[in-house]
Amino acid sequence: MRLKRSLPNLLLIAFTIIVSGLAIADITPERQAELIYLLRHDCGSCHGMRLEGGLGPALKPERFRHWSTETLAMTILYGRSGTPMPPWGPFITEPEALWLAGQLKKGIQP
Amino acid sequence: MMRTLLVILMFLSPLTATAECLTRGTGDLGIVIERASGSIKVLDTSRHEVLFRVEGLGDLSHASAVYSRDGRYAFLFGRDGGLSKVDILCGTIVKRLVQGGNSIGGAISQDGSLVAVSNYEPGGVKIFSAEDLSPVADIPATPLETGEKLSKTVGLVDAPGQRFAVSLYDTGESWIIDMQDPKAPVIRRFTDIGRLPYDALITPDGRYYITGLFGQDGLSLLDLWYPEKGPRLILENYGKGEEKLPVYKMPHLEGWAIAGHRAFLPAVGRHEVLVVDMSNWSQVARIPVHGQPVFVMARPDGRQIWINYAFPDNDTIQVIDTESLQIVKTFKPGKGALHMEFTPRGEEVWISIRDKDEIQVYDTQTLEQTHSLPAEKPSGIFFTSRAHRTGL
Ligand code: HEC
Repeated sequence: MRLKRSLPNLLLIAFTIIVSGLAIADITPERQAELIYLLRHDCGSCHGMRLEGGLGPALKPERFRHWSTETLAMTILYGRSGTPMPPWGPFITEPEALWLAGQLKKGIQP
Repeated sequence: MMRTLLVILMFLSPLTATAECLTRGTGDLGIVIERASGSIKVLDTSRHEVLFRVEGLGDLSHASAVYSRDGRYAFLFGRDGGLSKVDILCGTIVKRLVQGGNSIGGAISQDGSLVAVSNYEPGGVKIFSAEDLSPVADIPATPLETGEKLSKTVGLVDAPGQRFAVSLYDTGESWIIDMQDPKAPVIRRFTDIGRLPYDALITPDGRYYITGLFGQDGLSLLDLWYPEKGPRLILENYGKGEEKLPVYKMPHLEGWAIAGHRAFLPAVGRHEVLVVDMSNWSQVARIPVHGQPVFVMARPDGRQIWINYAFPDNDTIQVIDTESLQIVKTFKPGKGALHMEFTPRGEEVWISIRDKDEIQVYDTQTLEQTHSLPAEKPSGIFFTSRAHRTGL
């Protein structure tokens, strides 16, 4: 179900993400702090405040080792239909999602 | 001999038992979870004061609590699998253990002797003695088809007859766990109750166990007077064919509100409160509201319903009049209005406001704020009146 939905869009999305990825450097420290707060409290309501898992799985670097930053950012932006994982696109820009994905891959303790 | 012993005891006991403990009833006390700092505060709802702060309780995101039947001890269920017994008259942790990897709430048995915890990781229910938290039973959930993991368990409640009821998220089941003989739990499993049950509740009379489904329309209803009839789907046509909105925080069914013969519950993926006639479980109305409802709570007298919302609308609270079904007040107490708790007879409601680091107290008659108490990133508020209510 998930693949069916995302495959047709994959290339397009990946492309826009890579292009907009150039803008990552533009995320201000204030906005970074807001994103971390969001991660802790709002992602945290399903993934645990320490990202160790809840209704949604743990968001730990071991899990994402083989994920590209782009795939991770796409999951955040578009969610996963048919599951409770909602799309965050309305609240997070693509560069912000890439930045968050990078933090998750590095392993972050929000 | 006996007399000298008594004299010694008289001198000893004040030192050991009441060092800094309060000598008073607990009927007007409660706790608030400070989820970011792993602490709780003990609250006095009559004086609007903080009595104690208890630290060292681990990861309290999504933490909840139940009370011993004497109203003295709070059992806290932390996200990190921590189970803590806190003496609210002394502000101390009596006992704390980490019983699982990742837990999601618990329940206390009808007779108060057993505390059950529902775990995401590894999925299942563990049951402990309420006295000393020693293990009594370990009930693993159904393994997933992929093998290594067990289904997550959700919606654990106590039920009359020394039973617990719980649902399985991944495998779509409801189980009744009979603990009449603590050494030999009897489990009754109902499969195919519906897709992705995410939370459940038991009606205040302890008769109906109702599970919310994320993966499909409707709810699953189990009549605990007649469990042999099995669960059935109710409200399955609700919102059929309508596109669902994304849900940024799962609604909680625990606070399912009942006023007279009507029940009010949060819709999932729709910005609505559903009104259900409990005599035949049919939908009588849908009330459009401000966002995705999280808690839909009835004032104890059933005259008002108070609602809070999921991100990005979690700065708003609305109040519905249960007679006219109209929204009588909408207000913005601050970002992160996470939880509400009524005083036992409903003259006040206490609301935790995460981003303001405070609890706000409202008069439910005037709908105006009357008090504010400091609390660090407060979430759940639990008053001792829960000690005497099934399912809480
Ligand atoms: C309403 C609950 C909910 C919220 C809030 C939520 N998620 Fe999720 N998330 C889920 C669930 C459930 C899954 C697992 C979906 C599945 O079954 O495949 C998931 C999956 C994911 C995955 C894929 C993980 C994996 O191992 O496959 C990522 C990444 C993720 N979420 C990131 C986030 C981020 C970042 C946020 C906050 C911006 C967030 N989620 C907020 C429920 C949620």
